[in-house]
Amino acid sequence: MKTNRELSPEQQKYIHQIKLQSFLILLSRFLLLFFFIALWETSSYLGWIDSFFFSSPSAVVKLFIDMCKDFEILRHIGVTLLETLVSFLAVTILSILTAILLICLPKVSKVLEPFLVILNSLPKSALAPLIIVWLGTGMKTIIIAGMSVAIFGSIINMYTGFTQVEEEKIKLIYTLGGTQKDTLFKVILPSSIPIIVSNMKVNIGLALVGVIIGEFLAARQGLGYLIIYGSQVFQLDLLIMSIIILCIIAMGLYQLIQILEKCLQK
Amino acid sequence: MDSNTISYQTPILTLNKLSYSYHTLSGETKALENISFQILPGEFVAIVGPSGCGKSTLLNIIAGQITDYTGDLKFHDTSMRTLQNQSADLNIGYMLQHDHLFAWRTIYRNVCLGLEIKNLMTDENIKYVLSLLEKYGLYDFKDKKPSQLSGGMRQRAALIRTLALNPELLLLDEPFSALDYQTRLQVSGDIGNIIRENGKTAILVTHNLSEAISLADKIIVLTQRPATIKRMVDISLTITDNSPLGYRSAPEFNQYFNEIWEDLCDEN
Repeated sequence: MKTNRELSPEQQKYIHQIKLQSFLILLSRFLLLFFFIALWETSSYLGWIDSFFFSSPSAVVKLFIDMCKDFEILRHIGVTLLETLVSFLAVTILSILTAILLICLPKVSKVLEPFLVILNSLPKSALAPLIIVWLGTGMKTIIIAGMSVAIFGSIINMYTGFTQVEEEKIKLIYTLGGTQKDTLFKVILPSSIPIIVSNMKVNIGLALVGVIIGEFLAARQGLGYLIIYGSQVFQLDLLIMSIIILCIIAMGLYQLIQILEKCLQK
Repeated sequence: MDSNTISYQTPILTLNKLSYSYHTLSGETKALENISFQILPGEFVAIVGPSGCGKSTLLNIIAGQITDYTGDLKFHDTSMRTLQNQSADLNIGYMLQHDHLFAWRTIYRNVCLGLEIKNLMTDENIKYVLSLLEKYGLYDFKDKKPSQLSGGMRQRAALIRTLALNPELLLLDEPFSALDYQTRLQVSGDIGNIIRENGKTAILVTHNLSEAISLADKIIVLTQRPATIKRMVDISLTITDNSPLGYRSAPEFNQYFNEIWEDLCDEN
């Protein structure tokens, strides 16, 4: 590798341009966010918008600080996070195991295929009331509601990914004297790691959606509950704050998977 | 006769009136009909024939990947069916068109794949694999990923993966067809030499006639589907050096080429 000093002026200029461009993009993102918040605050302060309905950044921050004092908000965030992570992990593990089972039993998977497709095309929020009637309210129900949103699609994606492994690579294992178990552990699973990770990215978002739907309907805690509660008592500061926290959680969870992806690529 | 002579003359592989048809909804297709030949230990046999005539199917049958054929197939003295019923370890190596090295494994872990699968990662075998890597110029690349190697090196690695299991019989299914012409000449020469040096018995399926003549002791020419044996030609070249060009500039080369070429033209 050449060191910096040996780089030609053209190369230095090129690198400089690339760096400048990514800096400008980052800066624009912050400015956009800043202007949005500033505009929101100003228009609320000057009465351009009704601060009762639209709240304001300062009101949201004030409420957040107030709710932090008795750890109230942290408890709600923790509950939602815990439910989301548990249902995400359960979906990921269950769908990988199911897809492995389906690939080992091709006839069974042929039989089950249309059922999976139907279950996956169903708007999953329709299942939540049913789950609540069956299981009652509580964390278990919310976790299962979260899983119900992601599980069928995840199984289909994993199974499709597994079947797309090159036929010849599987043949190679057999010609080397391997068994079906070897095709699974030496070819299918290792070559599907990118698919598993991209599937995880989808699942974490869907699990959050499912958990919030569950909390809307059957919870006494969690951000979904705060949103519904806020809307019913017209406490829109609370509602908007919860939505903003949800945004941050969604971003954080996605980043988490991206970090995992980077670790796996090494 | 002493035992050495006897074992030399016992064919490693015997095909007797082997036929095979495959079935689709639109009907039955005869792929192979009455194929009979023998291969002696140490022989290098090439199979040529028109595209789609069933050359690869024949290799698949010999490798034990297809079992619903009719006729007889013997490995040494035992019928392949008996061996498969006993799920005996067939020690037949198979090299495919593409190297199929696994992108997520290093070269070393790729060439050890067969040993790993068969639970044979002994010190002795590992030493053998390392010696093969050393001998064929891949030792310095053993910790690299396949994507960091050239096409020719990758194909050599694929051969070492096959040789690691010390197969009695090597099946080569168009192993050079994915390479560009220059690499193909070089790698086919290299691999031919590796196989000879190690005294391996090999069957090569190829489209490329000059490759077949330069590598094989015997060429089996197949007809259009359903494939039967049109002719078997024993090849004997007077060569001065064992480079790809050396084989191709042997005085007998052109005559073999023209003869077999005409046979193939009849079929197309």
